[in-house]
Amino acid sequence: MRRETPQRLADYGPLFFPAMMLIVFFVVPFATMIAVSFFQRQQGGFYVPAFELSNYQRFLSLFFANVLGFSLMLAIAVAICCVVLAIPFTYLLTRMARKVQIIWLVALLSVLSLSEVIIGFAWSTLFSRTAGITNLLVMAGLMSEAKALLPSFGAVLTGMVYQAFPYTVLVLYPALVRLDPTLTEAARTLGASPIKAFFTVVVPALRNTITATLIMVFIFALGSYLLPQLLGRPQHWTLSVLITDQAIYQSNMPFAAAMAVFLVLVTLGLVALTVIAGRKGEAA
Amino acid sequence: MSGLALNNVTKEFGTFTAVNNVDLTVPHGTFVCMLGPSGCGKTTLLRMIAGLDLPTGGAIRLDGDDITRVPTHKRNLGMVFQSLALFPHLTVGENIAYPLRIRSAPKEDQKKRVDELLSMIHLSGYADRPVSKLSGGQRQRVAIARALSISPKLFLLDEPLSALDAKLREAMQVELRQLQQKLGITTIVVTHDQREAMTMADTVVVMNRGEIRQAASPIEIYRRPADTFVADFIGSTNLLEAEADSAGRVTVLGQPVAGISLGPNISKATLSVRPEDVHLTAPGDGALSGTVTFVRDLGGTIETFVDVAGRQIIAVSTPRARPDVSVGQPVGVVLLPDVCVVLAK
Repeated sequence: MRRETPQRLADYGPLFFPAMMLIVFFVVPFATMIAVSFFQRQQGGFYVPAFELSNYQRFLSLFFANVLGFSLMLAIAVAICCVVLAIPFTYLLTRMARKVQIIWLVALLSVLSLSEVIIGFAWSTLFSRTAGITNLLVMAGLMSEAKALLPSFGAVLTGMVYQAFPYTVLVLYPALVRLDPTLTEAARTLGASPIKAFFTVVVPALRNTITATLIMVFIFALGSYLLPQLLGRPQHWTLSVLITDQAIYQSNMPFAAAMAVFLVLVTLGLVALTVIAGRKGEAA
Repeated sequence: MSGLALNNVTKEFGTFTAVNNVDLTVPHGTFVCMLGPSGCGKTTLLRMIAGLDLPTGGAIRLDGDDITRVPTHKRNLGMVFQSLALFPHLTVGENIAYPLRIRSAPKEDQKKRVDELLSMIHLSGYADRPVSKLSGGQRQRVAIARALSISPKLFLLDEPLSALDAKLREAMQVELRQLQQKLGITTIVVTHDQREAMTMADTVVVMNRGEIRQAASPIEIYRRPADTFVADFIGSTNLLEAEADSAGRVTVLGQPVAGISLGPNISKATLSVRPEDVHLTAPGDGALSGTVTFVRDLGGTIETFVDVAGRQIIAVSTPRARPDVSVGQPVGVVLLPDVCVVLAK
């Protein structure tokens, strides 16, 4: 559909509200953060306006490179785990009776209502030696004695996947519901077993949705700072944990801001790469 | 026996019987159209032949092998869906090559076969186009080519032409029939369009309420319908109550007619007379007397509505044989005895 280009100033009216929201809630805070990242820290105080690159210089160390690398790796792992688990789950969900679907979706939504703190403590109890799931395995005779499963990388990953899973399902659900069920039937009549049909028709037909979901979960997981502290060792702490630490406990706002800006830039870069790779794949 | 055989195939959904005890033999190489009103079970029957639904009773045999429980992907068939179900993420060529790719055929063979099929459906050079860029008729052809790419034993089509406009549909009917004759492939088409069935089929299977009412050649179905449902469903017809006395003299709508016999020991029956088999004459002997109530002049044909004893009889004639009639005029209605079909009450 072709629309007329706006002629008068009043024609831009509908844009005013979203533009204001964006400026107040995104542009202003983000610009403040960028500005602060160049400010000078006052020892024992807060910060004074200045222009120095020391905050960024301090960041260029092996330690922070490692933390950044780990944060990205963790977020990618969470995104992949969530999508790999959620696609078959959601696919089977959409093939169920309407009533069953509603029950599952309500259950998933109720997981969303849990705060990160509750999820963290619930999993730390489940992974503990005294009251954890290993006790059940001992009772079943599969293990000789109960042991603590945390702090560990697996615990961090499990907690974060648990937290992000409902979002993943909710993002995939509309696309899978709209997917024509005769596509898989057609694949079966053409000689594909149900599993082959799933991988040759359902997954490729949803490629754009899957990419979008991966990016969403990745960014969601990148911001997580509580679960790594509750379930992991210090080496499992993400950049978000360090940013919180600098901003709140060390009162070093300029350094925290510099790290946040860097994290945003790296994230945007990765998302752009993913989108470009997706486009290339489509053209090929 | 080579071909497809259905023995007492039944499908129940809860308490509802969608397909009831269907027996049907489709010899190798024949073109069968399953025809019936919506909800008559024809699509369910086709889905059971494809293996997408499992029968709750009976057996399906293909070339003598029982395939009732064989999963769909091992039946080596080709099916065209009403929605066509072309894969949106694949190009025309990739869609057609899909069954070959799934069977891990060598790349060169795939390419050769795709080219062959594209030229068969008059779309040579379209291999690299996305399916979303095709017109309705082209998508239709691609769906047909994809279903035929492994040269299946059985070619199934579920309302394949219903998405096309009337003119294209008629052209595709002829094309599909010619293609089937060239390939000699056993084909089953589900349709609710009787013109489509009459155009394409060797055998028309008329279904209603999950049962086969008649399975015969198109002309046989038209000329010798098995019951009032088939007579009424295929083409238009006049269904008239007839009675015979002990001497075999027949009265239709209370008026005696000559030359028609209901058969031995039948006192009541329904006569099916096609409108083109109803002739109008001057009122008099041997003809039912009635009054013209409406004349519809369609150019190519003329339909005359005649009221006989409160029942409406439709007569169709060509302009050349135009009876000299006008509304309100009394006429004689002659039912040609040798083409009247006597249907049991």
